[in-house]
Amino acid sequence: MDNFKELDLNNIEVKELNKTLQKRDGNNFNHFKVINPMGAHAVATGLDGEVEVKIDGHVGYYCGGMNQNSEITIYGNAGVGVAENMMSGKVIVKGDASQSAGATGHGGLLVIEGNASARCGISMKGIDIVVKGSVGHNSAFMAQSGNLVICGNAEDGLGDSIYETSIFIKGELGNLGADCVEKEMKTEHFERLEKLLKRANIKDDPKNFKRLGSARKLYNFDVKNSDNY
Amino acid sequence: MCGIVGIYLKNKKLYNKLGSIFSPMLREMGDRGPDSSGFAIYRNASDKSYKVTLHSSIENFDWSGLEKSILENFKIKIKVTRISSHATFETVLKPQKLRNFLNINFKEINITSIGQSLEIFKEVGMPDDVLTQFKVSEMTGSHMIGHTRMATESAVTTQGAHPFNTGVDLCLVHNGSLSNHNELRKWLSKEKGIVFQTENDTEVAAGYLSYKMDDGHSLKKALEDALDDLDGFYTFAVGTKNGFAVLRDRIACKPAVIAETEDWVGMASEFRALSRLPGISKADVWEPSPGTIYSWGG
Repeated sequence: MDNFKELDLNNIEVKELNKTLQKRDGNNFNHFKVINPMGAHAVATGLDGEVEVKIDGHVGYYCGGMNQNSEITIYGNAGVGVAENMMSGKVIVKGDASQSAGATGHGGLLVIEGNASARCGISMKGIDIVVKGSVGHNSAFMAQSGNLVICGNAEDGLGDSIYETSIFIKGELGNLGADCVEKEMKTEHFERLEKLLKRANIKDDPKNFKRLGSARKLYNFDVKNSDNY
Repeated sequence: MCGIVGIYLKNKKLYNKLGSIFSPMLREMGDRGPDSSGFAIYRNASDKSYKVTLHSSIENFDWSGLEKSILENFKIKIKVTRISSHATFETVLKPQKLRNFLNINFKEINITSIGQSLEIFKEVGMPDDVLTQFKVSEMTGSHMIGHTRMATESAVTTQGAHPFNTGVDLCLVHNGSLSNHNELRKWLSKEKGIVFQTENDTEVAAGYLSYKMDDGHSLKKALEDALDDLDGFYTFAVGTKNGFAVLRDRIACKPAVIAETEDWVGMASEFRALSRLPGISKADVWEPSPGTIYSWGG
């Protein structure tokens, strides 16, 4: 860890931390370690360079929000809205994530190694989310595109009013949300899931998963436009 | 928004540090609720007498009139101790009798709590001011519950600040708002004789739990019933003489985090309020599940 620049949130404000991580202060470091996050909000948000950030401890709301290209690892739990509106890059949560993890994310990969609470992947728009544990109620609510992989169970309301996101789940399902149905796992889906699990560094067999998606009865969908998603 | 915190000590060796453990928790939640702050402390429990904690918004209120009036009416001597804008006294008078007497004869006084262990202090303003005003960091005891308020349902006054106590030793803090509190208040007043001091929704929730527990239910059973009878959104932290509980409604829009070690249980709206607890790095930390009762002690 010698080449990691250490930033201590006991000594600096979050604004100053993010300025450094966004390299707006002209620094030349590419690897950062953040210590004493103490549940602070908005840690490592708005990063847009190819930097690596390791956060040692639990973070508050919106950690890794709006991320582009950076790889952020949280060695602890994350509060509400981790990696919300992520564009690209990778956010890894070693512990649990609170509500609305990966909300409205456009791209990149969010890996949650513990459990995620309610509304995981709400309104996701292209982000890939892999949860090693279980997810809370109303996950993937109005999810538009991208993939949500759940290795554990899902509470009620999974995929309510879903658009074109694919959900892969291994464990038990609560009551599914409106317009969310089980779909056939075809070769392309096994391949896609295998790649996602590999990228998330999770060893699991795609054969154990089922696929869920939209019955397309709740929104005005025309099959000739399906390539656009 | 509002912020809520609670600390329940399992290790008696920590009792003399309760106030200093609690203070940073409440302070951290100041930006979730800058309108008013309050706390409940459980300490020096008695089996025979009751502690009454009072507040008057009249500056330098003369409490000796209360001493005289109680002597005249009940032939009982009490000694009122002023604690800043609040005051406390101990008595063997039955709580319900006392509540009715004070409500009729001392309209300028607000009863913040009655209990054998419980005392509640609350004020308009930021937690730092309240913590200093009542010298909280020096306080000792077994458990504390606190609240920072961003007012929604009723006015920004000391009376509208949390925590709320209605029965004996039970207190409640609340993040959220209830939608059926008017109907429930009417019913509890008319059918169950519960006296309410404010128009606040949380006081109704406290009254509801008191009524259930007076009926012989355990705190856990009372909270189970609350899940069906209280309509609205909420995270509650509840204290009793020997117990502590946390409950979130089934939709769980309002945040909560619990941390537990062998020595203590802490809860807060956000983790940052727990981040300075002793031994937090080794604590179990989790988000309480929706519609699930978590309780410790009696």
